[in-house]
Amino acid sequence: MNQLIHKKQHNELAAQEQLHQYLTFLVGKDNLAISILDVKEIIEINAITEVPMTPDHIRGVINLRGHVVPVIDLSARLGRGCSEITKRTCIVLVQVEYNDETQLLGMLVDAVDEILDLPETSILPPPDFGADIRNDFIQAMGRVGDEFIILLNINRVLSVKELSQLKKIADYDSNHERIESII
Amino acid sequence: MSDMNLALQTFAHEVDELLTEMEDALLDLEETPDDAERINSIFRAMHTIKGSSGLFGFDDIVAFTHEAETVLDQARNGQRAVDNDLISVLLACKDHTAHLVHHFLTNENEALPTSLQEQGKLLIVQLNGEKHSIVTSLNLPATQNEELDQLHVETKSTNSSDNWVISLDFKQDALRNGMDPLSFIRYLSTLGNIVEVITSMPNQAELEAMDPESCFLCFKIAFNSSVDKQTIESVFEFAAEDCDIHILPPYSRQDLYLKLLENQADDQLKRLGEMLIDIGALTNKEVVEVLAEQQLDEVSAEKPIGERLLEKNIVQQPNVEQALKKQEAVKQKIAKEANYIRVDAAKLDHLINLVGELVISDAAIRLVVQKKGLTDVDDVASTMGHLVEEIRDTALQLRMVQIGETFSRFQRVVRDVSKDLGKLIELQITGGETELDKTVVEKINDPLTHLVRNSLDHGIEIPEERLMAGKPEKGTVRLNAYHQAGRIVIQISDDGKGLDPERILAKAIAKGLVKPDQTLTENEIFNLIFAPGLSTKEEASNLSGRGVGMDVVKSNIEALRGSVAVTSKFGQGTTVTIHLPLTLAIIDGFMVEARQERYIIPLNMVEECVEMDSDEWQMDELQHYVNLRGEVLPYLRLGNFFQSHQKPVLQNSNTPQRESMVIVRVGDARAGFVVDELHGENQTVIKPLGKLFENLKGIGGATVLGSGDVALILDVHGLIQYAQQRLPANMLH
Repeated sequence: MNQLIHKKQHNELAAQEQLHQYLTFLVGKDNLAISILDVKEIIEINAITEVPMTPDHIRGVINLRGHVVPVIDLSARLGRGCSEITKRTCIVLVQVEYNDETQLLGMLVDAVDEILDLPETSILPPPDFGADIRNDFIQAMGRVGDEFIILLNINRVLSVKELSQLKKIADYDSNHERIESII
Repeated sequence: MSDMNLALQTFAHEVDELLTEMEDALLDLEETPDDAERINSIFRAMHTIKGSSGLFGFDDIVAFTHEAETVLDQARNGQRAVDNDLISVLLACKDHTAHLVHHFLTNENEALPTSLQEQGKLLIVQLNGEKHSIVTSLNLPATQNEELDQLHVETKSTNSSDNWVISLDFKQDALRNGMDPLSFIRYLSTLGNIVEVITSMPNQAELEAMDPESCFLCFKIAFNSSVDKQTIESVFEFAAEDCDIHILPPYSRQDLYLKLLENQADDQLKRLGEMLIDIGALTNKEVVEVLAEQQLDEVSAEKPIGERLLEKNIVQQPNVEQALKKQEAVKQKIAKEANYIRVDAAKLDHLINLVGELVISDAAIRLVVQKKGLTDVDDVASTMGHLVEEIRDTALQLRMVQIGETFSRFQRVVRDVSKDLGKLIELQITGGETELDKTVVEKINDPLTHLVRNSLDHGIEIPEERLMAGKPEKGTVRLNAYHQAGRIVIQISDDGKGLDPERILAKAIAKGLVKPDQTLTENEIFNLIFAPGLSTKEEASNLSGRGVGMDVVKSNIEALRGSVAVTSKFGQGTTVTIHLPLTLAIIDGFMVEARQERYIIPLNMVEECVEMDSDEWQMDELQHYVNLRGEVLPYLRLGNFFQSHQKPVLQNSNTPQRESMVIVRVGDARAGFVVDELHGENQTVIKPLGKLFENLKGIGGATVLGSGDVALILDVHGLIQYAQQRLPANMLH
């Protein structure tokens, strides 16, 4: 954590060089990143209350200083199965837009890594195909040395509309089922 | 700037209230077109809006309301008759004013769009256009004159001695000042019939000493006329300085005065004198005189004006008494009104939130006290607990409003729609005093409107059809509300043609909602109207019938944790019943535990808790019902039920030794939830789960426990419904 703060200060000094800052974290074995501007805070994991009858990627809800905040399992959302909770598991709290309202969501990641400074020139458009993550989830690719890191579009990945929509489709089906089952 | 916004907000609120008042008054006026009080209140509404609009420089509103005000003033003075046409135009004016205000509030600096301008012009023409025709029939009397006219007839026919008594005591200098008593009396005779004149000379001096230029004459005149006191007094206006004038009204006037007093508007406090002048029992001059006297008379300055008037025989005992009584009543009414204060709803919400936090903290304290075994703190903590509970109830009470206001808005809807459709429809409202949370009231308005419109459009038939069906020509739509088991029940019923089960079924089959070979009970068929995409009306009217709506109504109501059902008798009418929770903020909850997760069941739905006895009930994995004291009770194992839909959990769950069953009731349905542990009652602050879970059935919200953990609140109704569709499928596995 101290390291993070130190980095952050360092970055503020370098701000005039048009650097973009990204928070990198681990999901499974992959390093992914989101813009630091989307991050509200990072908290350690404590009790998550599971919400029954929801898809796998909705991990449950937590109490954040009196507010009930949903937690999304990022790994499951990206189609890689549920995360195992370990000592390093963190919840990254992000704010997403929905219908002109902002909704606070928790994003369960396996570990938070570091804050990355990327100059404009190192941010490249996403490939047309080839990534194992849905295309619209990728905002851009960041080049770090010889490697690429996927920069996620958080408003797409954690789209409230889509997350609740999935449920709706399931509900619609069961509605049909119900009318049949009345009989 | 923000000050201005605040002022604008207040303005908007004020206009809103005034317009609502005006609408109510207009609708009442349809029933009783001569009600002066109503006309007055309509006039005041327009007048006040004009005034406040002027403050903000909304000139267009001022110009428009001025026209309306003018017409209303004529109506008030009896120069214009209040008929249904005028009321319709005025209702339109009310709407137009609302549009104008809305326009200026949203785009303050923009000019009025032409459509609104045109509409305004049209309305002004309508307002004034009829004026000429009405003015010609100006003999239509206003309330007061009308009563006077009646009186005129009465006096003639009944009692010839029922006369005004006018006594004139001329002062000695009267003649010297050029007054001729006779000319006054002669002029008086043009106003009515002088029945008798008694002349006396009480101050007559010795004949020798008598100055022929002085006047010693006093007259008592019995005068029969229908004019009012003010007019009679004005006859002697010039002689006022040289003559003491007393005018006593005839006996029949007494009753009239009393009646007028009774009918006087009681919206503002008036002084006794003013009241008596208003009804004509007293003239301005008389009051001024008496008041001047009161000021001069230092000995008995305390003596109230009423007594003075009586002493001087200017007015009569019953009149004064009645006026005093009236004054007292008005005082009380105003005092009652002044007991309300206007509070910003946001402040109230904030308070409720804080109370919510307080309730959670209270739970946390209790938890610590229990854990540490602090017996001495226990007392204090429980006292505080009770107080917190009371604060919670009171705070929630603050947000409770009567549903009556929401209901009475529909008077207008019913009136407009029935005119549009050429139907005769009456709206009956009962249970308007039933209270529920303001947030619920706001959200129930749209679904209610839809249901009422449905009743008007599809339910009630046109008069000819009704007569043919042997029903009264006038259809009835009823709105009813009452409390039942911690929930509010709202019913919308009509005596129209009812739902046709066959047509609904045919439509549902055509839409693929039901398979052709299924057999449904009548009630199941009726409730199909809440399924998406089902509308039986062949043609869409501008009111309803597009097949969106009923499912929206249903989802809106369910979003409030409520439910809706319909019953109907073909040919006789339809009743839609809505069940809603009273509040959306804090409830009494009952905490249970299943598979290490805690759940809250709303306490008012819990009927009883029983210990599970597998032997007695012979429960097995196939059956999902038990025999509870001779009744069949379906149940579900909360843990299993939730688990089976859940992601893999890392706990090995052994069924504990002792399970309990919580028996819940929703409406007429009962069910049991089997849980591992009962934790008892607690106050539950409902935290919304947010948009993410808005489509989730069976879970109504979440709450934060004293321990800081989150527990889910069960939506019992939704859960039972969900179980109904889920269980048969499970049993197949």
